[in-house]
Amino acid sequence: MVTNTISVSETPQVLYALRRADDALILGHRLSECCGHAPTLEEDMALANIGLDLIGQARALYALAALREPSLEGGRANTEDTYAYLRDVGQYRNLLLCELPNGDFGRIIMRQFLYSAFIDPYWRAMMKSSDAQLAAIAEKAEKETAYHLRYTSEWVIRLGDGTPKSHDRMQAALEFLWSYTGEMFDTDEAEAMLQAEGMIIDASVIHDGWRTTVQTILDRATLTLPQSAWMQKGGRSGRHSEHLGFLLAEMQQLPRSEPGAVW
Amino acid sequence: MVTPQTDALLRTRVLHALDDVTDPEIPVLTIADLGILRDVRVHNGVVDVTITPTYSGCPAMNMITLDIETALARAGIENFHVNTTLSPAWTTAWLSEAGRQKLLAYGIAPPQEGSGRGSLFGTVEVACPQCGSTDTSRLAEFGSTSCKALWRCNTCREPFDYFRCH
Repeated sequence: MVTNTISVSETPQVLYALRRADDALILGHRLSECCGHAPTLEEDMALANIGLDLIGQARALYALAALREPSLEGGRANTEDTYAYLRDVGQYRNLLLCELPNGDFGRIIMRQFLYSAFIDPYWRAMMKSSDAQLAAIAEKAEKETAYHLRYTSEWVIRLGDGTPKSHDRMQAALEFLWSYTGEMFDTDEAEAMLQAEGMIIDASVIHDGWRTTVQTILDRATLTLPQSAWMQKGGRSGRHSEHLGFLLAEMQQLPRSEPGAVW
Repeated sequence: MVTPQTDALLRTRVLHALDDVTDPEIPVLTIADLGILRDVRVHNGVVDVTITPTYSGCPAMNMITLDIETALARAGIENFHVNTTLSPAWTTAWLSEAGRQKLLAYGIAPPQEGSGRGSLFGTVEVACPQCGSTDTSRLAEFGSTSCKALWRCNTCREPFDYFRCH
């Protein structure tokens, strides 16, 4: 059993699968941190369940990456587990939005809302992928993310249009998260190749629909869309915030210190 | 010698053995009732069982796989594979009518047809599995497992699980 960091042969297909898998795993892990800490039992279960859906989606995507990655030296192949547990910060390809620390319940909900409003139409569009396996993952994931979007939308409205305190916290959460939303719609040469083959869609086509969904919910929540157009980026190429390292240290501690441990 | 007839007989034995495999979280439902048993094929004496998860992260999948393997081994069937497929994705429409009745008798409101999609805040009418009243309200989107939501009957005041539709 290897315990040191793996190398990954990032062909465009592998890179694409890892990016989507990393988004789901890291955000799913962040939600798992809420387990036992949410304001009420119902919300505790809701956040843990959304996290579970995301980690399930991550597994399907890592399995796909493993299938598509050319064999390493000696015929050794990466697996779901080696991708998750034996890559370092710089090898993670997730959106910065997904790794941001939880903060209060309002920020957790707002982060999930901004992401779900993007990923749900994204997977819906990906159901038409020319790649049968990606289309199958998209079909499965979209049903779950539709539910996440509804759940978080209701909370954004309830808290935004709630007390002055809950309103201010939601507005602060939105201001804090806003500059991390642009990265969702970025594309690069590797993805452009896959787009040309009809395997994936161009995420930027989701932008206007996303903006409309967000605006509609924020209006009902009496929240104001931030004006700043400047957007953070870097996660897709492995340039992360300081927060991801701490997250991985916790998540990877066991497999790295107890090589070969099994359940 | 393996013939199409022996394959057909073996398939019947497999289906019979799988009748004993239930969902670990809803033990009144067999995997066939629930619609997660997608396909059973037998070719030249080799059995291929295909299942599909209800939710991507369903923690019961590993256990269901193990239960299938145990049931087949117990029935004396040795040469088999259990595969998982994601497509076509499971929806609550895959739940059999027998399964819906069993759920109701067990105290879980079965999913309402076609309530999964629709508008962002689509409303759905759910009948109380205890008293049948449709004067019910949702307490939480997520219930005791990832496939259920928590509801309450406004008539008899009993809380109940609703099998989430999607």
